[in-house]
Amino acid sequence: MADLVSHSDEIRVVSQRFGKGAQDIDRYLELDGYKAVRKALEMKPDDIINEVKASNLRGRGGAGFPTGMKWSFVPKESAKPKYILVNGDESEPGTCKDRLILEHDPHSVIEGVMIAGLAVGAKVGYIYIRGEYRYLVDIMRKAIDEVYAKGFAGKNIFGSGQEFDVRWHTGAGAYEVGEESALMESLEGKRGIPRIRPPFPAVVGLWGGPTVINNVETLASVPHILLMGGQKFADLGTPKNGGTRLFCLSGHINKPGVYELPLGYPLKKMIYNVGGGIPNGRKLKAVVPGGSSTFVLTADEADQMNMDFDSFGKRGEFLGSGGVVMLDDQTCMVKFALRVMQFYQHESCGWCIPCREGTDWLKKTLTRFHAGAGLKKDIDNIKYLAQNMLGRTFCPLGDAAAIPTMSIVDKWRNEFEAHLEGKPCPFDVNARVTVLPVIA
Amino acid sequence: MVITDKLDKFFDAKMQEYPTRRSFLVPMLLYTQDELGCLTDEAIAHIARKTELTELEVRNVISYYSLLRTKPLGKYHVQVCTNISCMLRGGEEIFEHCKKSLGIGHKGKTPDGLFSLEEVECIGACSWAPAVQVNYDFHENLTTKGMDEVLARYKRLP
Repeated sequence: MADLVSHSDEIRVVSQRFGKGAQDIDRYLELDGYKAVRKALEMKPDDIINEVKASNLRGRGGAGFPTGMKWSFVPKESAKPKYILVNGDESEPGTCKDRLILEHDPHSVIEGVMIAGLAVGAKVGYIYIRGEYRYLVDIMRKAIDEVYAKGFAGKNIFGSGQEFDVRWHTGAGAYEVGEESALMESLEGKRGIPRIRPPFPAVVGLWGGPTVINNVETLASVPHILLMGGQKFADLGTPKNGGTRLFCLSGHINKPGVYELPLGYPLKKMIYNVGGGIPNGRKLKAVVPGGSSTFVLTADEADQMNMDFDSFGKRGEFLGSGGVVMLDDQTCMVKFALRVMQFYQHESCGWCIPCREGTDWLKKTLTRFHAGAGLKKDIDNIKYLAQNMLGRTFCPLGDAAAIPTMSIVDKWRNEFEAHLEGKPCPFDVNARVTVLPVIA
Repeated sequence: MVITDKLDKFFDAKMQEYPTRRSFLVPMLLYTQDELGCLTDEAIAHIARKTELTELEVRNVISYYSLLRTKPLGKYHVQVCTNISCMLRGGEEIFEHCKKSLGIGHKGKTPDGLFSLEEVECIGACSWAPAVQVNYDFHENLTTKGMDEVLARYKRLP
């Protein structure tokens, strides 16, 4: 299975139990497991939320919304039951971190769900894992069975008289379902099409009840926050960007892998120090900082960036999901833009016209362009189409398709021009790494 | 019975965990497919009865999810990821290689029904690219030679 890597700059919080056999509940208990939820049972709900607020924990799924604030939006009194929903539908290209958490430390997710439940007054938590991750569904099922066997979940958790149930659920192949409102539709047994907001899920979510939806990594961080203290977790990162996160290095890099680094870690160091630089003596051309939905950075920009939400936010860009993909100087950016668009065209659910039609036309135009049949006016047309998708759809999939496309056209226009007038792709021979680098 | 009693009982138990009957539909379809190879007309009718939906409503859900299918695939379904992280490390070569060595194309099936092939989107193995999923099993850090070994291993299985 997925190999683990390590580096001296890593600060292991969420990943501290990786490779230690913590799938087993007894081992997890030895490694301070279920201590945080016992602590939470003695705290007032508002104090739990305040501790999470103090940690400056922000959503690890990609949007970076402050978790404590999200929890505080849930109304105290509700006629309908409240729910916790864990988003384990990890499918953002470049992202493979939740897989490791679910594989090595499933109980930390369960514990995080319980704490979230205590904080907002929910009695049930659903853990949604993508359909392709069947072995992780099996690990989670076993973990949940163990939790019930020990009496940690159910009518009387830890003998406190409080009630909380943990449930598992699986998808069946759909990127779109990673979006929170589509995720709820899928959990309700429907096609995963997004809902309009407002109302937000914190007010009207699953089956009409207030619902907190958090990423796997976000909830896996919560037990550690309660144990180490919110302030201490916050201090690991930069102001307003608390703690560490799992960065998945992939693409043209010598040491790909998932590394836990503090927020605000310089991207340059991440590439050359942690990741060991670019293979085959090539140079860096571009970096996808957080999954394929983010603005693509040039090598020069990558040198300047720090990996926290606000460093990207002040440029009007996004840190994203932690999937950092490196592209070397022999990669064709037109080809890359095409492959990214092919993905969004495949995954567009078809609900909103700008996304359904936009991704299809962009894929067609980029295919034609890469084949050498593009026209000069197509270059502006690609950007125009992308701009017109931006902000015009129910969910962010339309934006996610538009953002990388716009940034590639803006930054590598010369490569589009090099494909004009029937010229073959200038990178075709070297576009791919023929000799794969050995993983150290 | 279209599906085994054991599976049917498992569905009954899981359905209790949700406030509506249809909520467990997506996993139910996937687990049924795992048992039968695909979602047959009989299976769809059975699930529709269980969830108190019309068959059309069930088919409507099936058509949305890429893992769900109404026609059988090969015994071993080879899913090659060619999304960005895999593409940059040779995912497309792996896909071309599979096409050649199996003699089938995207969504094709070998005449003996042993293998089927599909080019898929990100399977969450980006840091261990290029990666292939055969049914639910991950095969990572592949080369064309490694891919041959993977296929040979499945061929040898009883």
